[in-house]
Amino acid sequence: MPTEIVMPQMGESIFEGTITKWLKKPGDKVQRDEPLFEISTDKVDAEIPAPASGVLQDIKVAEGSTVQVNTVVGTIAADGEAAAPAKPASVAQPAPSSEKPEKKEVAAPTKAPPAPERKEVIQFPHEEEDHARSSPLVRKIARENNVNLSQVTGSGLGGRITKQDIMAFLEKSQPSATAAASTASTAPAIAPSVPSARPAPAPGPVAIPGDLVPMTQMRKIIAQRMIESRRTSAHVHAMFEVDITRIVQLRNKTKSAFEQRHGARLTFMPFFVRAVIIALQQFPIVNASIEGESIRYHRHVNVGIAVALDWGLIVPVLKNADELNFLGLQRGITDLGERARSKKLKPEEVEGSTFTVTNPGQFGAVFGLPIINQPNSAILGVGGIAKAPVVVTDDQGNDSIAIRSLVHLTLGYDHRLIDGAVADQFMALVKKTLENWSEEVG
Amino acid sequence: MPQLTYLEAIRQGIWEEMERDPTVFCLGEDIGIYGGAFKVTDGLINRFGPERVIDTPIAESAIVGAAFGASLTGMRPVAEFQFMDFIGCAFNQIVNMVAKAHYRWGAPAPLVIRGPSGGNVHGGPFHSQNPEMWFVHAPGLKVVCPASAYDAKGLIKASIRDNNPVIFFEHKYLYRRIKEGVPAEDYIVPLGKARLAREGRDLSMITYAAMVYTALEAAEILAKDGIELEILDLRTLAPLDREAIATTVRKTNKVILLHEDVRTGGIAGELAAIINEEAFDDLDGPIVRITAQDSPVPFSPPQEEYFLPKVSDVVREARRLAAY
Repeated sequence: MPTEIVMPQMGESIFEGTITKWLKKPGDKVQRDEPLFEISTDKVDAEIPAPASGVLQDIKVAEGSTVQVNTVVGTIAADGEAAAPAKPASVAQPAPSSEKPEKKEVAAPTKAPPAPERKEVIQFPHEEEDHARSSPLVRKIARENNVNLSQVTGSGLGGRITKQDIMAFLEKSQPSATAAASTASTAPAIAPSVPSARPAPAPGPVAIPGDLVPMTQMRKIIAQRMIESRRTSAHVHAMFEVDITRIVQLRNKTKSAFEQRHGARLTFMPFFVRAVIIALQQFPIVNASIEGESIRYHRHVNVGIAVALDWGLIVPVLKNADELNFLGLQRGITDLGERARSKKLKPEEVEGSTFTVTNPGQFGAVFGLPIINQPNSAILGVGGIAKAPVVVTDDQGNDSIAIRSLVHLTLGYDHRLIDGAVADQFMALVKKTLENWSEEVG
Repeated sequence: MPQLTYLEAIRQGIWEEMERDPTVFCLGEDIGIYGGAFKVTDGLINRFGPERVIDTPIAESAIVGAAFGASLTGMRPVAEFQFMDFIGCAFNQIVNMVAKAHYRWGAPAPLVIRGPSGGNVHGGPFHSQNPEMWFVHAPGLKVVCPASAYDAKGLIKASIRDNNPVIFFEHKYLYRRIKEGVPAEDYIVPLGKARLAREGRDLSMITYAAMVYTALEAAEILAKDGIELEILDLRTLAPLDREAIATTVRKTNKVILLHEDVRTGGIAGELAAIINEEAFDDLDGPIVRITAQDSPVPFSPPQEEYFLPKVSDVVREARRLAAY
């Protein structure tokens, strides 16, 4: 059966395309996915790959013609199909039919006899790719063992991959690392059965000495959430250098009085959280989430505070932080942190964040590139606070070098929702609030 | 171990509880001198007298009302229905009064309502139904459906001792057909625990009551094809043993739900939802239901045979699922 070549649809609103150039002539051999012709449409110019391997049989639409999508523009004949239509069966047949030792047939045995059959087996799943028919169980086993289901041949109804199929596949591929050499020498026919287009299935893990410890539930969740976030959001990071000399001085001055008056330590965290809240109120898109094809603008600011634990990481949420004064922020942050470490958080206290602040600087990092805490659209990473020589300009325009306390703030944001300009303006406001801190700390 | 029929096992269970606890008494239509329509209570009146084995008028609502009132005073009544089909007459008493007593006033209502249900006896539409789901749907009730004689005795004793109202469905097809060794001593089978009636590795069949035997018979045929059926007998429909359900699905990855009750609103739908919640990732094929048809139980024997799930249905569906 010749394969039909059709004008592809290059976008939802595209209904026709113009063939600008054929890259092959009728009679030329073509490989599947090899560029075959060029087209031009309203929106794009593109090279169209061959849908199958074989010989370009004929061209039905000439260069310069415009046709509707899905119009057949040519056909590709399978190898040998056009040349010897009467004999393909005998060509495909392996050794037994040696009645006519023609040249064509001499070639066949050297090229591993069952080739045509195998090719079919390989190509079918290749086209199906991710839609290989299977079951929830089979997909789970595939996930856990890192198996690409397109490599597994199904024996169930309609080619469905059953539990038995994947277990047999795993059993076969497990000892492959050690057995590969001997298998190859005793049965060379196995080698070509690996699809050449994709990497060979990962050999069974080589035993490097070490303890195999199951992941804790928390570790599993972190692993899953991080990958999920990376896959979900278009991460971009903007880093700002902020001079917080004023805040450092204010804190040094009021620290002990604050602690005496309120029984709470005065930390830097509420300064950053307050600055963020002010900016979130100015730029509500940073305090929003994507829901399907809509944007949910959250009415309140619920700040997730990442807390490092000896056994992992947790992000308790300071709810309605926009309604708290400075003291309330400090108390809330301290309380959540303490209870996170003593495992006393309630389930509802670790959900519902609209924005997250993390503090990679607490152990000395200059700055971090944090991963967004889904379904937030942004996360602020607070780097380490350090003194540095800085060029400062006075009112008269005189420059001098001064020793200032600097912090590097990083905004990780989802570019699906937040554009660079908005992110930068948001961060500029955070910077401005911090550098010109004027609020009573109480 | 003495060999007892399913029916005798129930009688022995009630008898032992009446000996053990003076607050236990029986009431129902013709249960005294006549010994009950199926003779479950035969002999009780001679041992315990007419004060503890009470004949009532044909008024199901009154039977439940009287039992309920007695239970509130600390008695443990065992009310018999001649056929569970007629439980509809007492529906309001059961679902509005009995089921909600503990919720409304904190008053335990430790009564048992027991009687024969089920078909395959050519009893027609009024004497063959499986009305268990009406009560599974009413929070506050426990619903028990034993399959074996051993379980029938252990479960009726556990039901009488339970402080909640229990609806106890005795399958009339099993009354005299099932006979097995039943310990003469005191034992109970806890409510809410399923049992593995057969171990197997290929398919799970979750069922209860008379269908356990249909499943067992099919399992023997399937074993000859190399298909090993695991059979889980639920024993109680409320509460359900979610853990046992999930465990067998996780083991075999394919499951058939079988019941004699009609299809729509039968327990199979609920089981499918539970399997979906507990073990979706462990399924290697669709959840299959085998049930009676959505119709009244036909009187005509060939029609009833068509209406009920049969061994051949189980074999056919099991082969299909095994190949899936």
